[in-house]
Amino acid sequence: MAQIRKKEKKEAPALSTSSLPDIIFMLLFFFMAVTTMKEVTYKVKVSTPSATELQKLENKSLVRYVYIGEPMKEFQEQVGTATRIQLNDQFADIADIESYVTLERGSMKEEDQALMTVSIKADKETRMGIITDVKQALRRAYALKIIYQAGARKEF
Amino acid sequence: MARKLNEINASSMADISFLLLIFFLVTTSMNVSTGLSRRLPPPLPDDHIPEDIDINKRNIFVVKINSENKLLVQNEVLDIRDLKEKAKEFIENKANDPTLPAKFKINVPLIGEIDVTKEHVISVQNDVDTEYQAYIDVQNELVAAYNELREALSKDKFGKSFTELKEDEQKAVQAVYPQKISEAEPKNYGGVK
Repeated sequence: MAQIRKKEKKEAPALSTSSLPDIIFMLLFFFMAVTTMKEVTYKVKVSTPSATELQKLENKSLVRYVYIGEPMKEFQEQVGTATRIQLNDQFADIADIESYVTLERGSMKEEDQALMTVSIKADKETRMGIITDVKQALRRAYALKIIYQAGARKEF
Repeated sequence: MARKLNEINASSMADISFLLLIFFLVTTSMNVSTGLSRRLPPPLPDDHIPEDIDINKRNIFVVKINSENKLLVQNEVLDIRDLKEKAKEFIENKANDPTLPAKFKINVPLIGEIDVTKEHVISVQNDVDTEYQAYIDVQNELVAAYNELREALSKDKFGKSFTELKEDEQKAVQAVYPQKISEAEPKNYGGVK
């Protein structure tokens, strides 16, 4: 007996969202892996000089930073406006650099110690006097691999 | 009879991970730090008396930067824009000019015998009041001079750009043009302000 099939209303199945968490987690892990938290809170104003022949800073775990610049506004009452050095989160003097480098080197793995790099992140308007002093202090501490941090620019 | 365990509702998982994702998106900073890398000379002993090392005058290229960020190159006032060409001319010494650094025949693997100004030294001297940007500019131009010479040699000998060369080929090119920028012992130039 012929039977006319009752017209069924076909609904599109709901889009499965069960894989959404997995996708999001994947993205999450990507960002967790590539993220680098800010190294320190700056107490000195640093706007790096510009250059063209730049090299990338490799292996961040081997790099220690020395910041040089004028103190931020909120610290100027305490320390004045003269150019200062910042190591980690504190203002420091030239004399502190040697012990800082020695300490930081001590906390590294032995095979990494020789590869330690000190990155000099100085403001472009800094006078060379203080930078020369820092360089001499680094020499005394045998931190001979240095890098002058600079941003990219086009030709003159 | 064991009770059937209810399935944990996982629908909020997506929200939680979204939240985390947004947190990391905000805190992430992708900027790579870049700079000019240098190697400092080892420290001098305390009882060291500064002596004038006897470097043949033709082998040394002196760049002085004064407190007004002006350049004195080989006792001539020079604009920073011309520094690179001048440095290249000095390092290469194409015509074997007796006033430019002496050339020595050395045998470099992969390249063979070649005349090299292996004893040249570029000395950068700055004043206490020189601006950091000016100092970096000079360093940058000098590095650029080396890079251009190396690039030209790689193109000539291997037909490729320096960055595309294999490691041993890069070593060979570097042996022909070794980077010799000396950081002079600090002295006070430029006089009183």
